Amino acid sequence: MHLPDGFLTPEVWVPLWALAAAVLAFSVWRVNRRLEDRHVPLLGVLAAFVFAVQMLNVPVAGGTSGHVVGGVLIAVFVGPLAGSLVMASILAVQALFFQDGGITTLGANILNMGLIGAILGYWLYFLISRVVGGKRGRMVGAGVAAWVAIVLASVACSLELAASGTSPLSVALPAMVGYHAVIGVVEAVVTVAVVGMVSRARPDLLELPKL
Amino acid sequence: MRLRWWMVGLVVCLLMAGLLSLFASPLPDGLERVAEDHGFAEKAEELFSSPFPDYSLPGLGGALSTSLAGVLGVLLILLLTLLWARVLRKR
Repeated sequence: MHLPDGFLTPEVWVPLWALAAAVLAFSVWRVNRRLEDRHVPLLGVLAAFVFAVQMLNVPVAGGTSGHVVGGVLIAVFVGPLAGSLVMASILAVQALFFQDGGITTLGANILNMGLIGAILGYWLYFLISRVVGGKRGRMVGAGVAAWVAIVLASVACSLELAASGTSPLSVALPAMVGYHAVIGVVEAVVTVAVVGMVSRARPDLLELPKL
Repeated sequence: MRLRWWMVGLVVCLLMAGLLSLFASPLPDGLERVAEDHGFAEKAEELFSSPFPDYSLPGLGGALSTSLAGVLGVLLILLLTLLWARVLRKR
């Protein structure tokens, strides 16, 4: 779902760049001096894992592929604001070094694939896991939030395309949501599987303070 | 050297980016598919040339190119993240 340069007009990408920069600046301010030593290797490995998993496109319906985005997965471990910084780092490296996503559209991509998953997704996960409770709550919350985050990202992407006059909403929205409702299932399965594996092998890694 | 959890994690990441990535589906992703089906794919522009376009090393073809680009990417994002995480650490 990485928007390339050219898909969004300046009236759309400039304010989204500003919005993404503002949220990231707030994240830096809140996370600064609160990260513990044991957060550091976890952040590094999570970033490397999500970068790697994003390379692994799997075929979904109708000649289309999709890959895990990972925003909810990261936030479940380190919290929404540290999570948004990791996602922004990944998306910036992809755009600058791998031509995956544009430069003008980086703000929009950070919003769609980073902030929606890491922040909105995290709070949905938090809410569901509290309501359901226990280890099951964590799994149900992670899975539902992962799916919702992907679908919401595709809604945001459609709105941005429509606002730029690239594709009318009546065309972009059903098509984008249709494919990403399926890709979201892959996101949910992988998120739950990774959280499940870590909670059995190293439950302490899931108990770090959430920033 | 004691086996640490992050060493296992890092090996998994390198295997995914360096080996599993060779089996990734080359099909267009959701957005690319919608752009092709509804005629706006050609609006994509390249404003600059990045060093490893589409996860490949220029001048090197095939599997090795993707593999090395994946490994480089993992090391790059790992270093970048460790760098800012250390800067933002409690002192």
